Amino acid sequence: MERVLLLAHVESSGEIGKTTREAAQGAAEIARGLGAELVVGLIGARAETQAGTLGVDAAAFLAVSGDEFDEARYASDAAASTALVKASEATVVIAGATSRLSRALPGVAQRVDGRITTHVTGAEVDGGQLSIERWYYRQRMKATLTSPRRPWFVIFAPGIYGPAPASDEAVTCRAIGVPAAGPWRTRVIGEDAGSSEGQTIRPDATLLFVAGAGWTKKQGDGASHVPEAAELIRGFLDRSQASLGSSKSLVDQSSEGGDVIPFMTHLNQVGQTGATPRHPKGLSTCCHGEEPHVVGWRFVTERRAVNLDANCGWARGKADVVYVADAFEVMKRVNELLG
Amino acid sequence: MAGFHIVVCGGMVPDPLQSLEPVVGPDGPALKNEAMLPMVLDPWAAHSLYEAAHLAAHAPGSKVWLVSLGPKARLQQLMMSIAQKVSFELVALDGAAGGFSDAYEIARALAEAIEGIPDLDRTRLLLFGGCASAARDAGVTMSMVAERLGLTEQFLGVDMLETDGDRLRIKERVEGGRYRISECDAPPAMLAWATGTLPIPPNNPQLGMQNMRSIMPALARAKSIPLGSGDVAFGAVERPVQRRETRVVKDMPPEDIAREIVAWMREG
Ligand SMILES: Cc1cc2nc3c(=O)[nH]c(=O)nc-3n(C[C@H](O)[C@H](O)[C@H](O)COP(=O)(O)OP(=O)(O)OC[C@H]3O[C@@H](n4cnc5c(N)ncnc54)[C@H](O)[C@@H]3O)c2cc1C
Repeated sequence: MERVLLLAHVESSGEIGKTTREAAQGAAEIARGLGAELVVGLIGARAETQAGTLGVDAAAFLAVSGDEFDEARYASDAAASTALVKASEATVVIAGATSRLSRALPGVAQRVDGRITTHVTGAEVDGGQLSIERWYYRQRMKATLTSPRRPWFVIFAPGIYGPAPASDEAVTCRAIGVPAAGPWRTRVIGEDAGSSEGQTIRPDATLLFVAGAGWTKKQGDGASHVPEAAELIRGFLDRSQASLGSSKSLVDQSSEGGDVIPFMTHLNQVGQTGATPRHPKGLSTCCHGEEPHVVGWRFVTERRAVNLDANCGWARGKADVVYVADAFEVMKRVNELLG
Repeated sequence: MAGFHIVVCGGMVPDPLQSLEPVVGPDGPALKNEAMLPMVLDPWAAHSLYEAAHLAAHAPGSKVWLVSLGPKARLQQLMMSIAQKVSFELVALDGAAGGFSDAYEIARALAEAIEGIPDLDRTRLLLFGGCASAARDAGVTMSMVAERLGLTEQFLGVDMLETDGDRLRIKERVEGGRYRISECDAPPAMLAWATGTLPIPPNNPQLGMQNMRSIMPALARAKSIPLGSGDVAFGAVERPVQRRETRVVKDMPPEDIAREIVAWMREG
C-alpha cells in the first residue's frame, strides 16, 4: 500500500507559493489514483499555522517549525525534509520544484536510500502504478518511466497542475523534531534582483519577449544602435509587462566585453544552457532561432518572430508566424500602439 | 591561508548542435549513433571548471581536479580540447555517458573516485560541478555525490563565488530571475554552477601539452564502471514532432505588423 507525502515549505513571505499549491493538487490526484493516504509535511518558521491553507484533504499534517527553518539553507532544509519523510513513512514523496526543494531533495533521497525524479511534466496512475513523464537532453525527447524503488521522490516542474484552492480551514498539525539541528554553517544574507533594472523575468507573464544578438549588430546604415535597442526593449517591457528572455549570443557579449544591453544577464538566457520558461505566447526579435536556443521554447505555446532573414531558424517550422522585417521599425510601432 | 582543493565533476554530452534521436538499446533507451556523435564537456560543468581554475589562480596553494566519467577513448578525444583551456589533474572513469543512466549509480562512482584521490584534503574541499547536465538534465547528481562525501553545505545554480579567507559568499539562482545570497563559514562545500561570470578561456596549446602529460596516465588508470538505468523502468521515449506550419510574412509594412502583433498579444 502506497503512502503519499506532499513535502512543502512556507515562502519567506509567510505564505504558500504557487508551485507548492500546484504540487499539492498533483499529490492529491496521485494519492486518489493510488488509493493511498495523503500526508502533508510542511517546513517553515510557523509552518503549523499555514498547513490548513493548502486546501488538500490529508490524513495527517506534519510540521517542522522554527525560525531557523524560515531560512533557505540546504543543511536545515535537508534535515527538516528527512525528518518529515521518515515520520510520514511515505513511499511516494511529491514536491514542487521550488529553488529550495530542488536543491534539498536530491540529498534527502540519498539519505533515505530512495530515488528521485526531477523536472516531472506529467503523471499517470494506471492499475495502481504511478508513472511519470519527463524530458531528456534538454527538452529534446520525452520519456515515460516508473520506479519500483521506495521512497520515490517526484518533483513537479511548475505549471503542470492547476493550484489547489487556498483554504482557511484550521487543521491539527503534529510537530516533528529535527535531530541534531544546527549550528548552521551557512547564513542567508538576502536576495537581489540579478539585473540593474529590477525584475525583467516574470514567470507568470502571458508573453515571453526574446531579444537576440541582432539588436546589437550593424544595421542597414552600417552602424549599431545599442542604446536605441535598449530603449525600445525597455519601453516594450514596461508597457506589456512581458517577461524578458535572451539568446546566448546577446548575454555572452557582456563577458566578452562587447556592446551590451545593460539590463540583460545570463539569467535571461533561454535555451540549451539557459532557462525553459513556460508562457502561453512568445515573441522573438533579432534572434536567429537556432536549435540550442529553440529547445528552451519547448513550453511556449504560440510563437511569433521578427527577423530580417526569411530563412532564419524560426521560418523552418519553429514558429507559427515569422515577420520578415526590421525589429527596430516594428517594435517602435508596437510601443506606440501600446501607448 | 591554505588553498582550496577543488574537485570538479564534469561528464560529456553530445554537441548541442547535433540532432538527437532515441533508440531502444539492450540496456534501455539510448541515442541513435551515440558512439559517432561529437561530444563536448557538459556546458554547465565546463563553466564550473573555468570558475575552479580562476579561483585556484587567486588562492595560493589551491589545486584543481577534474573527475570525468565516459567511454575512455571518447574522454581522451575530449581532453585534447579541454586540456588547452585550464590547468587540472584528471581522474578518469570508464563508463557509458548517456542521459538515461541512473544518477544514483553515477553519484556512487564519482564519490568513490573522489574518496580515492590520494592527496586530497577533504577539510579544504570545494566540490564543483554543473547545476544540471545537458543529458539527463536532472540537477541531482552533485548533491548526491556531496551527501556521500558528508558535505552539508550545498548550493545549486551558482553564478558567483567570492572568497574572503576561508569564508565563501555565494549567489544562487532562485525563482523569478533573482539571486539568493548566502555566506558559508569555510570549506568543505558543494557548489553546482550555472553559467558563472567567466568567458570560455581561449585555447592554449602549451598548457594542453603540459596537462596531457598527466592526463594520459590518468586515462590508462581509468576504472571501468558498469552503468545502467538502475531502478528506473522506461516506457516510451520519443522525440515529439515539433514542426509547425510557419506563416512567413514578407513585404508587410511595419505599421501593419505592429498592429497584428498587438492584436495577437491581446487575444485570449
Ligand atoms: C554548448 C552550447 C550551448 C548553447 N546554448 C544556447 C542557449 O542556451 N541559448 C541560446 O540562445 N543559444 C545557445 N547556443 C548558441 C546558439 O547555437 C546560437 O549561436 C545563438 O542562439 C545565436 O544567437 P542569436 O540568434 O541571438 O544571434 P545570431 O545568430 O547572430 O542571429 C542574429 C539574428 O538577428 C537578425 N537581425 C539582425 N538585425 C535585425 C533587425 N534589425 N531586425 C530583425 N532581425 C535582425 C539576423 O537576421 C539574425 O537572424 C549554444 C551553443 C553551444 C555550442
